[in-house]
Amino acid sequence: MNALTVTEPVLDAVQTGALVQARNVRKSYGHVEVLKGITLSVKQGEVMCLLGPSGSGKSTFLRCINHLESIDGGRIIVDEELVGYAQRHGRIYEMNAREVSRQRSGIGMVFQRFNLFPHMTALENIMAAPVGVKKVERNAAKTRALELLDRVGLSHVAQHYPAQLSGGQQQRVAIARALAMEPQLLLFDEPTSALDPELVGDVLEVMRQLAADGMTMIVVTHEIGFARSVADTVVFMDGGVVVEAGPPAEVLDDPQNPRTVAFLNSVM
Amino acid sequence: MSSAAPTAPTSRRAAAVASAPDDDVVAIPLRHPWRWVVATVLGLSLVWLIYSMWTNPNISHQTVTKYLFNPRIVNGVLLSILITVIAMLVSTVLGVFLAIMRLAHNPVMNFFAWLYVWVFRGTPLLIQIVFWGYLGLLYQQITLGVPFTDFTVFSVDTNTLVPAFTAGLLALTLNQAAYSAEIIRGGMLSVDPGQTEAAASLGMSPAYTLFKVILPQATRVIIPPMGNETISMLKQTSLLSVIAVLEVYTVATQISSQNLRQVELLLVVSCWYLFLTSVLSVPQYYLERHFGRGNGAAQAPTPLGRLAALLRRAGVLKARPAVVRPTEGGQP
Ligand SMILES: Nc1ncnc2c1ncn2[C@@H]1O[C@H](COP(=O)(O)OP(=O)(O)OP(=O)(O)O)[C@@H](O)[C@H]1O
Ligand SMILES: [Mg+2]
Repeated sequence: MNALTVTEPVLDAVQTGALVQARNVRKSYGHVEVLKGITLSVKQGEVMCLLGPSGSGKSTFLRCINHLESIDGGRIIVDEELVGYAQRHGRIYEMNAREVSRQRSGIGMVFQRFNLFPHMTALENIMAAPVGVKKVERNAAKTRALELLDRVGLSHVAQHYPAQLSGGQQQRVAIARALAMEPQLLLFDEPTSALDPELVGDVLEVMRQLAADGMTMIVVTHEIGFARSVADTVVFMDGGVVVEAGPPAEVLDDPQNPRTVAFLNSVM
Repeated sequence: MSSAAPTAPTSRRAAAVASAPDDDVVAIPLRHPWRWVVATVLGLSLVWLIYSMWTNPNISHQTVTKYLFNPRIVNGVLLSILITVIAMLVSTVLGVFLAIMRLAHNPVMNFFAWLYVWVFRGTPLLIQIVFWGYLGLLYQQITLGVPFTDFTVFSVDTNTLVPAFTAGLLALTLNQAAYSAEIIRGGMLSVDPGQTEAAASLGMSPAYTLFKVILPQATRVIIPPMGNETISMLKQTSLLSVIAVLEVYTVATQISSQNLRQVELLLVVSCWYLFLTSVLSVPQYYLERHFGRGNGAAQAPTPLGRLAALLRRAGVLKARPAVVRPTEGGQP
């Protein structure tokens, strides 16, 4: 059951030094092609914002990057490694669960609905993966988790369960949880869309700080202001293809494609 | 009772409203006359029922009290408890594995788990018990060796290896596993798929995700129906009388077949079952609390905690330093 059809000459991974490289990524659900050949790359330390109307395939693409979804064609390479597949002797093999987990542990993800573990306190949420996956010693993991909580401004809620936290606090704990694995790449899927407007600012502030610290991030968002001030590259997707990509000043302030213009008019 | 009577309550209420601070609701409770009527009728019926049994010359109370703590009965009770505990523990473990198999992507595992549940849930428990009890008729010898050759490692009489007790335990455990598997599967399905995704995105393995993320959350949903199953199991142990396992009901029938006091011994047994099923709700309560953590409602004090608080207020127990409760909000 090899899901990948080899449509282009199999290249030896790496070339450009980009941390994330997607080439002609295709993905279908049944007969519906949701991603129709996405090609883009993200350099180390870069922030890329993905914009686009609902159903354009932003979440799907993001989930392909850490192999929560498998792809049907093309290649995704993160840190010089093919995601979800191994390439040997010019052939493509599905990776086993352990290999996939290892790859994912280097790629953090923050979800629209937070997805904190409700039966663990904020602190335990952050410690869970370092202790369980990386086998970090408990006390060291705890010290590190407290540092991370401090970094997102939530030291005072370490012992609280997610149900006792506001949405904005939960999302910041979720970011700290992702950071605890020391990922080289962070994926955000509409991290502020489920939040009350007055809580959005705190989360964006944490993300802004991460960007300033040099974290490589791919952010699906409708916050045009955030994209303008933080992103190095803005990508506008529609109907499963990249319609327009470039620095925010070009894509947001001087869009060339009529679909980009229409979308920006609708959200601003 | 004079002409002033109608106005008096009104003015008293008005005074109460006026004297209370604005934010205290001092409401006259709603009256429920029918509740009292129904309660009285039911209460009287119950009293009559007990009275009629108590004064029934055909029931000998001495026999009931005499046999309630009879050593044979007490041993039977202990055996019923032992069977319940072992059968529930082992069947729960089996049930977890069956549930995992049914939810797995592997079609072979899927099919076997489905087949298991189909067979054990689809046939009467009584028949399964008799079947295991009569295993000795089916296979006189249980032999470990190479099939279709004469080579054997050992060979024992089935009736020595599987005495009535083991047969009964086996029957109850295997049957219960089928029901528990479905309850556990339901619990696992009730966990938000976002939890699995979050765990996967952190690099957690499927097994680690199952045991640290999915099952602890599923347990909250699983415990109430499993409490039910435990109570059923306790009562089902009486079915083992058909293969002469010496649990409490078997003992009671043995005794009554000698002294011909059937009803009295049934009362004795019923008292024990009622007592045990009541006791069983206590561990369930504490398990629910434990696995409900992180889930607002479960944070209420336990009955014991409330009792302790009451005694503390009355000065019987020493006061404890105030507990720091988590506070809401708190943006930096
Ligand atoms: N598991 C799935 N099965 C079938 N179709 C799916 C599945 N997930 C997504 N889709 C479809 O794929 C398309 C792209 O979905 P996706 O969630 O990637 O869009 P999006 O750009 O993230 O939209 P939104 O802004 O609403 O989140 C949609 O048409 C959606 O219906
Ligand atoms: Mg989406």
